[in-house]
Amino acid sequence: MTAGVLDKTKLAWWAVLAAALVAVPFLMGDFYINLLSQIFIAVIFAASLNMLVGYGGLTSLGHASYLGVAAYMSAWLFLKMGWSHLVIAPIAIIGTTLMACAFGWIALRATGLGFMMLTLALSQVLWGLAYRWVGVTDGDNGLRGLTRPAPFGIDLENTTAFYFFALIVTVVALAMISRFVHSPFGAALKGTRDQPRRMSALGHNVWMIRWLTFVYSGFWGAVAGVMFVYYNKYIHPTSMALTSSAEGLLGVIAGGSGTLAGPVVGAAIVVLLKNYVSGYVERWNMLLGFVFVFIVIFMPEGLVPGMHRLWNKLRARKAVRDSNTGGREKA
Amino acid sequence: MQFWVIQTLNSLSLGGLLFLLSSGFSLIFGLMRIANLTHGAFFMLGAYIGITIMKNWVPNLWLATLLGGAVIAVIGGIFERFVLRPLAGNSQGQVLVTLGVSLIIADLCLIVWGGDPIPIPTPESLRTPLRVMNFMFPAYRLAVVLIAIGTAIGLYFLIERTRLGAMIRAGVDDMQMARGVGIPVSRLFTTVFCLGAALAGMGGIIGGPILSAYPGLDADMLPLALIVVILGGVGSLVGAFVGSFIIGFVYTFGIALLPDLAYVILFLPMIIVIAFRPRGLFGKVSA
Repeated sequence: MTAGVLDKTKLAWWAVLAAALVAVPFLMGDFYINLLSQIFIAVIFAASLNMLVGYGGLTSLGHASYLGVAAYMSAWLFLKMGWSHLVIAPIAIIGTTLMACAFGWIALRATGLGFMMLTLALSQVLWGLAYRWVGVTDGDNGLRGLTRPAPFGIDLENTTAFYFFALIVTVVALAMISRFVHSPFGAALKGTRDQPRRMSALGHNVWMIRWLTFVYSGFWGAVAGVMFVYYNKYIHPTSMALTSSAEGLLGVIAGGSGTLAGPVVGAAIVVLLKNYVSGYVERWNMLLGFVFVFIVIFMPEGLVPGMHRLWNKLRARKAVRDSNTGGREKA
Repeated sequence: MQFWVIQTLNSLSLGGLLFLLSSGFSLIFGLMRIANLTHGAFFMLGAYIGITIMKNWVPNLWLATLLGGAVIAVIGGIFERFVLRPLAGNSQGQVLVTLGVSLIIADLCLIVWGGDPIPIPTPESLRTPLRVMNFMFPAYRLAVVLIAIGTAIGLYFLIERTRLGAMIRAGVDDMQMARGVGIPVSRLFTTVFCLGAALAGMGGIIGGPILSAYPGLDADMLPLALIVVILGGVGSLVGAFVGSFIIGFVYTFGIALLPDLAYVILFLPMIIVIAFRPRGLFGKVSA
């Protein structure tokens, strides 16, 4: 997605996409606008996780912690302390990012399977805390009664206003994440994923690169959490359970980890699947499990790289055919 | 005083259950390099299958434990052969698949056995508490501790003193050489996975009279097992044993003294060990 690659066709596609996203609220009903807002939040969440999973090669099984803690902090400060959103949002995001600093320090004592186990253990501990620390979290009742903020006098309780708010935050998040992974630092990160020993020999501080990525990933996870609690106006321990982390991870690997478009597509699929299926049967967890198994076994690279490969193959075949017929189309 | 005695015994019995759960997890991890996240689900499924066996066929807890353990072993074996095996070498994919299957098992349990907790009755002979010098000891919890210790000794002999154990140790130390000298590593994997799954399932049934079977039991037990293994060191039986009892004590006393923050207290031993000895107390290699 660097400037040099943006040819005219691509630019045209982007323009169409942008126009469509802006037009949606004027063409569709509230249900679909809300669905898209949910997708935006899931996209921020999955894209933040993708920095670790896709570009860092560090599969975190506890990313919901950052979403959950930021959401809980927002809700708690609003409901119990009565502070204003303008103060709460930065506190929740910075506080959660600081937690990511600590968690990253612990989890990155290991890599690979050990990293997965540590992130899972840490997030499960927080989940248990959310259930049992009733004095703060109201336990199984969850925290309810939050209102959405009204920046510059635009009340986000309005579905369309919230849609555009979520859209803007998502675009900013994706742009920042894109900037991050395409920077020299991002290149170093990919280096630590593929060849940590060589990177170390070249003088890179592998641990520091991973840790900074972990913290940055936690930061955007926290942003997703604040958006999440604005949207739902409610937070429950299940939002930081393993299932929630798994949904985010599924978004990343289903779409294609290590690509920018992957988590966008994957998160959209997960949200659509969840909304569509839960309308008919209450077996979301089972479906989530089956999709997980299916993706890992049959489509380990994810949809976006898979489609990309297929597309390139078709193009190559077409090019071969064209050259065989001397460029003339058959009648 | 009675409080401390009871809580100590509770800690020991929870530690015993954790050992049944985490020893299998640790064995599987050590040999196969699979972080088996279905382990919590096996524990819960064991509890449900155990109570079903007791209600319908044999009302004896110990027989139900053996039968239930066998059922879970078969399920584990099928899972290892047909789902995990095709992903050999892709350890991250394997973890994700075990995560997916654990979600499926948890949801299946909810469909079959419903959302209400199902109590598992304590065996008749162990219902009356033992009375020693004015202190009451719940007999069943003592029995759980003894079973865990017995299992630990049995596993120790299995690993250190038998031919199968020698093959497992060879596989843990150097998989390629083990294959090279003709150890049937493929069969070994299935055996160890079945054994680990059976231990988890039996742990679920034996824990039944204390914990009962309820939806979410898997999610409650899995993090404890993970922390035990991180604490004790992966692939180490001694580590799993010591870690189990440490976590048993920390968790039980945490709940009793600081109910709100018991989960945070679980952090502490883990963080201390991770900070100073990332491979765990008894681990030979880091995870």
